[in-house]
Amino acid sequence: MSDKEFTLEVLRRILLEGAGADEGVDLDGDILDTDFEELGYESLALLETAGRIEREYGIALDDDVFTDNPTPRGLIAAVNAQMRESLAA
Amino acid sequence: MSARTPRTVVTGIGVATPNGLGVDDFWAATRIGKNAIGRITRFDPSQYPATLAGEIQGFVAEDHLPNRLIPQTDRMTRLALVAADCAFEDAGVRPGDIPEFDMGVVTASTSGGFEFGQNELKKLWSQGSQYVSAYQSFAWFYAVNSGQISIRNGMRGPSGVVVSDQAGGLDAVAQARRQIRKGSKLIFSGGFDASICPWGWVAQLANGRLSTRTEPERAYLPFDADACGYVPGEGGALLILEDAEAARRRGARNVYGEISGYGATFDPKPGSGREPGLRRAIELALADADVAPGQIDVVFADAAGTPGLDREEAEAVTAVFGAGRVPVTAPKTMIGRLYSGAAPVDVVAAVLSMREGLIPPTTNVTLSPEYDIDLVTGQPRTASVRTALVLARGYGGFNSAVVVGAVD
Repeated sequence: MSDKEFTLEVLRRILLEGAGADEGVDLDGDILDTDFEELGYESLALLETAGRIEREYGIALDDDVFTDNPTPRGLIAAVNAQMRESLAA
Repeated sequence: MSARTPRTVVTGIGVATPNGLGVDDFWAATRIGKNAIGRITRFDPSQYPATLAGEIQGFVAEDHLPNRLIPQTDRMTRLALVAADCAFEDAGVRPGDIPEFDMGVVTASTSGGFEFGQNELKKLWSQGSQYVSAYQSFAWFYAVNSGQISIRNGMRGPSGVVVSDQAGGLDAVAQARRQIRKGSKLIFSGGFDASICPWGWVAQLANGRLSTRTEPERAYLPFDADACGYVPGEGGALLILEDAEAARRRGARNVYGEISGYGATFDPKPGSGREPGLRRAIELALADADVAPGQIDVVFADAAGTPGLDREEAEAVTAVFGAGRVPVTAPKTMIGRLYSGAAPVDVVAAVLSMREGLIPPTTNVTLSPEYDIDLVTGQPRTASVRTALVLARGYGGFNSAVVVGAVD
């Protein structure tokens, strides 16, 4: 359980730790609205990323969290919503 | 369709062994018999009965591979991917030069990615299943080297993996040749294994054949009266195989040799009293290459390093060639047995022997008077090598033989 906010900074770190980054992609750039697929992450990389987020924040994400939220902005919102939900529960 | 059977030639090499990274380093070390067996440094081996291995030192995957590939690859795959890059460069082919469905990858594997698997199993039992990497789904798998090479280089033609322990290194080359004959233009073949980690080590110890000696020069002594098992090593080689005609048309700068013959057999049931299958594998390979025993200039031996298996191999060679009639060598005495990587490395040594006219030595070994073979020991031997035979046996009864011929 964590009361931390899930931010773009954390997402960048988790992506790098779990799956690395494509040569042609600048994760430090403005990536909030770029699809994960465009950033070079295939489904397994996203599965690994979801697992790491779940571990770090003690939450459970929907299996289709990346299908519903294909960009960092959407994912960050979904993860933070999930955290609030599990805190309230 | 033309009636001719395409000839399969080696046009590019990527090699990584304990005594050399890259063709030039490998050959510079191998031609003079440079030993690379030592006490294991990748983990503390003191609590295990076997403590020696041939380790590759100084390989930093991050210097060669995209960052995206690091979290999803075992050491053996990293070595194989870098070797594949080197082989493409050596062949003067860029991945996009040939249509993607005309290029395939057929490698051999003995262990799969044990080190990666060990790390994930450790997380499973110490932290829980949610800590296991999603990449464990394929990173350990036998076929992963073929898959990763195929993905990285856009090779979507016939591909696969052969699992027959050390014999697999030759079986994969033979399967690649079949695909060339069926019309593929270019097939990557060979094998890589790298399981020098505690889990991999325990698995290897289970076969009861590992040398438990602690002196590197006295631990792996095939065909020696003092033979006492083998020392494992890590690494392997990848070969680019092409249709000879297609290679000629594109002006291939290196045509190292031709894969001209192949034979494979399986041993009879232990205790049956029937002859082991190696002799027949050799005869099948010679017949396939349409060469007589007298035309073979050197044999690269499997060199198991245990007395019973050494005897079987010496007897098979003597039965086919006659006592002392053909030079036999085992450069793997310098680096240990590399499992699926061993025979592809011997194929590389064979074509480089042809190029230089020099047979690399079997190191550390004094030939036992029990064997009637002409083992090249101590010093390399100058010789005109036009045709070479490479032998490989896999645990459980696999025997394979490949004839490699010079190309003018």
